[in-house]
Amino acid sequence: MNTTTITPSPPATAARPAAALAALRRYVGRWGLIAALLALPVYYAVSDLANGYQAGVLAGHPVIHHDLSRLGFNFAEGLSDGAIWALIAIGYTLVYGIIELINFAHGDVFMIGSFTAVGMWSVLGLSLTTSVLGVVGGLIVSLIIAMLTTGILNVLIEKVAYKPLRGAPKLAPLITAIGFSFILQNVGLLWRGGSPKSVTDLIGAQKVVTTIWGIPIQRGYLLAWVVTIPLVIALTIFITSTRAGKAMRATAQDPEAARLMGINVNNTISLAFLLGGLLAGAAGLIYAVYETQVWYFQGFRAGLFAFTAAVMGGIGNVRGAVLGGLIIGIIQSLSDERIGPQWTEAIVFAYLIGIMVLRPTGLLGEETREAG
Amino acid sequence: MSELRALLGEWRANAEKVLPPWWSKGLAVVLLVIGVILPFLTGASSGFLNGTIVAVAYAVMSLGLNVVVGMAGLLDLGYVAFYALGAYCVGWLGSSFFFGVRVHAGASPAAGRLIGIHLNFVLILVAAVLVCALAGMIIGLPTLRLRGDYIAIVTLAFGEIIGVLAINGQSIGVGGGMTLTAGNLGISAVDPPYFPGSGAFSLLDLRPWYWLIFGILLIVLFVNLRVRDSRLGRAWVALREDETAAVSMGIPLVKTKLLAYATGAAFGGMAGAFFGAYYTEVNAGQFAFGFSIFILAMVIVGGIGSVWGALAGGLLLGYINNYLIPDVFNNLPQAFGLHFQLTTVTYGIFGFLLVLVMIVRPQGLFPERRRKLEMTGEVAALDAELGAEPEGPAA
Repeated sequence: MNTTTITPSPPATAARPAAALAALRRYVGRWGLIAALLALPVYYAVSDLANGYQAGVLAGHPVIHHDLSRLGFNFAEGLSDGAIWALIAIGYTLVYGIIELINFAHGDVFMIGSFTAVGMWSVLGLSLTTSVLGVVGGLIVSLIIAMLTTGILNVLIEKVAYKPLRGAPKLAPLITAIGFSFILQNVGLLWRGGSPKSVTDLIGAQKVVTTIWGIPIQRGYLLAWVVTIPLVIALTIFITSTRAGKAMRATAQDPEAARLMGINVNNTISLAFLLGGLLAGAAGLIYAVYETQVWYFQGFRAGLFAFTAAVMGGIGNVRGAVLGGLIIGIIQSLSDERIGPQWTEAIVFAYLIGIMVLRPTGLLGEETREAG
Repeated sequence: MSELRALLGEWRANAEKVLPPWWSKGLAVVLLVIGVILPFLTGASSGFLNGTIVAVAYAVMSLGLNVVVGMAGLLDLGYVAFYALGAYCVGWLGSSFFFGVRVHAGASPAAGRLIGIHLNFVLILVAAVLVCALAGMIIGLPTLRLRGDYIAIVTLAFGEIIGVLAINGQSIGVGGGMTLTAGNLGISAVDPPYFPGSGAFSLLDLRPWYWLIFGILLIVLFVNLRVRDSRLGRAWVALREDETAAVSMGIPLVKTKLLAYATGAAFGGMAGAFFGAYYTEVNAGQFAFGFSIFILAMVIVGGIGSVWGALAGGLLLGYINNYLIPDVFNNLPQAFGLHFQLTTVTYGIFGFLLVLVMIVRPQGLFPERRRKLEMTGEVAALDAELGAEPEGPAA
């Protein structure tokens, strides 16, 4: 913007339409994305209120309701789906914030987390007949094991596939990340076969605990929130208040300066991978309990959804990743229930492209070198 | 390692003294002749010939993706979209799928009696090129302001959207009870290519198929080599190396990038159209994300940005995928007491190859000179070399 004050008048007249265009683009960028995000909920809210929806069948006649309960149900389900995406998205955003790498294998690390958790259930002998205390204890143990497995796995992948390529062109680590994504998928394929496997519905995920304003709250939702909220709070405290967290933020801002200040950049990068992996493991357990099935290919879709979430929130920003995850969850549940699950992927990806076009910095993000 | 490299350089220098100056052209002619007579060395419908046809078609795709990823440096992870569009061009324009209409142009006498749209394969090929070039530009548009891995994600998203459309296309009506695609059921009974004099191709005699795809490969290879050394090719390389500098030197960013997408997509569409006809079916299940990575692995193993590398990578991985893994080594895991077949983990093997190549030999098997220096960090050495010997060979 300095140029406008320095340049003489003839270029300035030529620059005026350009400046207007830039302002328009900023305006469209800021509000266009928000408008696009509000489009689906607002449309369905109006449609539910005006036209009503079929809430059930009573004595052979469809029961038509004119209220927002169905939308509320979509939101409740979306917020618990979104909790899973948020946990994975934090892993993308931490790593991207520090080394500007899209850790393509992250979704598959999440898948390994699911598989580990389910494997732990059979090791611990959890089944439908286990007592409530046993299930809770077993879930906590398998949560910890799954988180440790994926955390360590993520650090190992970083050591093998990304660390040797520090300083190489940025394409190189992205390609090894894709390579590792495929390797992990095949590990999953050999582990549990090629088709989705249903797992024991330990907590009765679909059972309704309570109904608030006509919105049924299922046990699976509660599990997702009970696991996710403390983890996100713990992570936020870690990043904002500990020395290691401070080192992470410093490295994200300027790796070179951080190194000069005596921060061990390599350890800090490993720490980011460890934290991302831990959260992906937790997401893996929630997914297995909540969806009551696991699949070697689940990580691909989850990874892309979570990446979309991270970009939507503003990549490199943890709060943004959580916000983005929840929004993606709501979009997903709206699309699943109202448009058809076979279109969900296309709709989420269309949002991804829309964000990239309208506002590559995301909702809460700052300009990055990539998206500037 | 460096000693080995020095030794190789010495050999090459000696060889250039001994061989006549036209040896590389002579080699090209020999390879061309071998390429043309290859089908006579094997059975008319042998598994080897089938593997070769598929490998050559992969090489066409690899050459196309190399334009986008290698020359222009735009990491495209949705290349499968052009495979899909090219194949659907055959499905739409060369079968009875659109049963409500009757359009015929240059079709074989047998196909000429059927309902639906039946065009000659050459016309379909042209249509595939046009459709894919247009689609390539549309996909390229949102990525123009982005760099690096963001481009990768946007192209991936487009590839997936096309895949979802292909699968769900059976519920999208286009009028008259017809649908856009046949989803996972597949559009089947696609017309085989037909040329006056050759008759319609049949799967009992694979030789004409081979010559067809070999001809397509030669065209694509020729275009690749000419474009690489043209003003446009140099503009791509300049954009890849430093976008800001290239634009400030007057290279039109939008046009140059879109042309890269369009060119790469057009080649992918040609190969896709061939596959559609060769497999006699266009099934949405073929167009998965893994395929994009498979083609990317060819470009990377061969050497990013190198035309000969992309060709070699395509042939090599094509043979590995269609001959070595399923036919030769499939039962290898059982020999070690493991209960799976090697075909199950094909993508894992390619993933491993990607990691291995990137870490051990990031410039690929047949690197482009400029890219090799960049990947191995020997730019300073080159500067010294160029200073001493200004008339270095053109890359």
